[in-house]
Amino acid sequence: MITIKKTKTGETLKDAVEEISGVDLSVCFQCKKCSSGCPVAKLTKSPPSEIMRRLHLGAGNKLLESDIVWTCVSCETCSARCPMGIDVAAIMDALRKLALDRGASKQEGNVPLFNRAFLKTVEIFGRTYEIAMIAAYKLGTGKLMNDTEKFPTMLKKGKISLIPSLGGDRKTVRRIFKKTKQNKGTKV
Amino acid sequence: MRYAYYPGCSAESTARDMHQSTLAVASALGIEMIEPKGWTCCGATAGHQTDRVLAASLPAANLVKIQDTGLECIVNCAACYNRMKVANHEISTDSVIRRSVCDAIGRDYDGSVKVRHFIEVLLEDVGLETIGNAVKRSLNGLKAACYYGCLLVRPPEVVKFDDPENPTSLDRLVTAIGGESIDWPYKVECCGGGLSFSRTDVVIELANSILGMAESAGADCIAVSCPMCQVNLDLRQQDIKKQTGKNYQMPVVYITQLLGLGLGISPAKLGFNKLMVSASGVLEKVKINSNG
Repeated sequence: MITIKKTKTGETLKDAVEEISGVDLSVCFQCKKCSSGCPVAKLTKSPPSEIMRRLHLGAGNKLLESDIVWTCVSCETCSARCPMGIDVAAIMDALRKLALDRGASKQEGNVPLFNRAFLKTVEIFGRTYEIAMIAAYKLGTGKLMNDTEKFPTMLKKGKISLIPSLGGDRKTVRRIFKKTKQNKGTKV
Repeated sequence: MRYAYYPGCSAESTARDMHQSTLAVASALGIEMIEPKGWTCCGATAGHQTDRVLAASLPAANLVKIQDTGLECIVNCAACYNRMKVANHEISTDSVIRRSVCDAIGRDYDGSVKVRHFIEVLLEDVGLETIGNAVKRSLNGLKAACYYGCLLVRPPEVVKFDDPENPTSLDRLVTAIGGESIDWPYKVECCGGGLSFSRTDVVIELANSILGMAESAGADCIAVSCPMCQVNLDLRQQDIKKQTGKNYQMPVVYITQLLGLGLGISPAKLGFNKLMVSASGVLEKVKINSNG
């Protein structure tokens, strides 16, 4: 059973999600094809079709705390199979953005922290730099030893590099990050 | 045949083997690949999970550089390929996004640079017949489970790569070099992609089911074309063993590594020594000394 708790002001997430994603949610008729093909449906409490339904029924910010927001693997199977052509994956991207912007309480895992560490190294070096990214991420999670047993082999095999690659056009990348931060909050 | 080749960040780290084997195969087939100067990261999953304009601008910064060369953009990393295609689609269909992207990269760009996957070049420009004729060492007897994952085939209306539910591009290449591509149902399932570090639990669950299916379908190896699929299926086998006791020892090789073998290139030049799970069984099957 789905129970929806509206916020006091009656504010719904639907408009914000539609504005960010550019997707029209109203055509969903709950066939549940998105949930049937979703590889993480069985690992979450709320599969994608339920998220769609809750949005329809006027869910508020509480929905941003659903575990699927940070369990979704962005495989886009839902979007590819939706008979109404709804880009469900774009809705999940919008929910992640809103979860961060509106400070929704953190769910299992550290996807936002990983994404920040990843993008920070891109901003600085122009290309990904695994060692710095992994270090920043691990310092953030406090789980320093996870996966470290693999590093010696990976270094030996040249699968991770000690030195960053500096051949990229860092000036343009820095400009992109600066402009994107400036425009945060404007309609895109 | 001359193209601009965007290697992507993983070509310099986890997917050095993909990069090496791609260049070796291209050179053997007379394909000229020119690396654009100053290429930068496409933003990957972290980019599009964070901001739509950022996600389109990072690929666009590379696409304008390639536009200057007048060449088509060839990508072999499925993730970069996907981000480039989606960026072009967003920029050419949404004027608001286009304005923001052009402002961010400091140049005008209309989303028109043609982006193609290396597999598409092999199938469409080189052709299976030419590849078949170039075979120096048949992969006869090798059973490969071709695994496409998500980013090559989805979203189908944007990437327009093969059939999104039952793609056959990799299978056709395996067959062209004498190997056997096995029939199995997990070609376009997801391995967990970019969540390898942040949600390792999810990746282990998904990779375990894909490896299990390939094994029961009788595969000698899994052939991939995405660095994230390769890492999740190859590197995570040791975690799966630790957590479930299941010891697959299933080699996960890039399609370009298999093609290179067929074209007579030495395994060392194709980066076979960089795989975490040894592919010595694969090399034995095609009768090559693994030190070759």
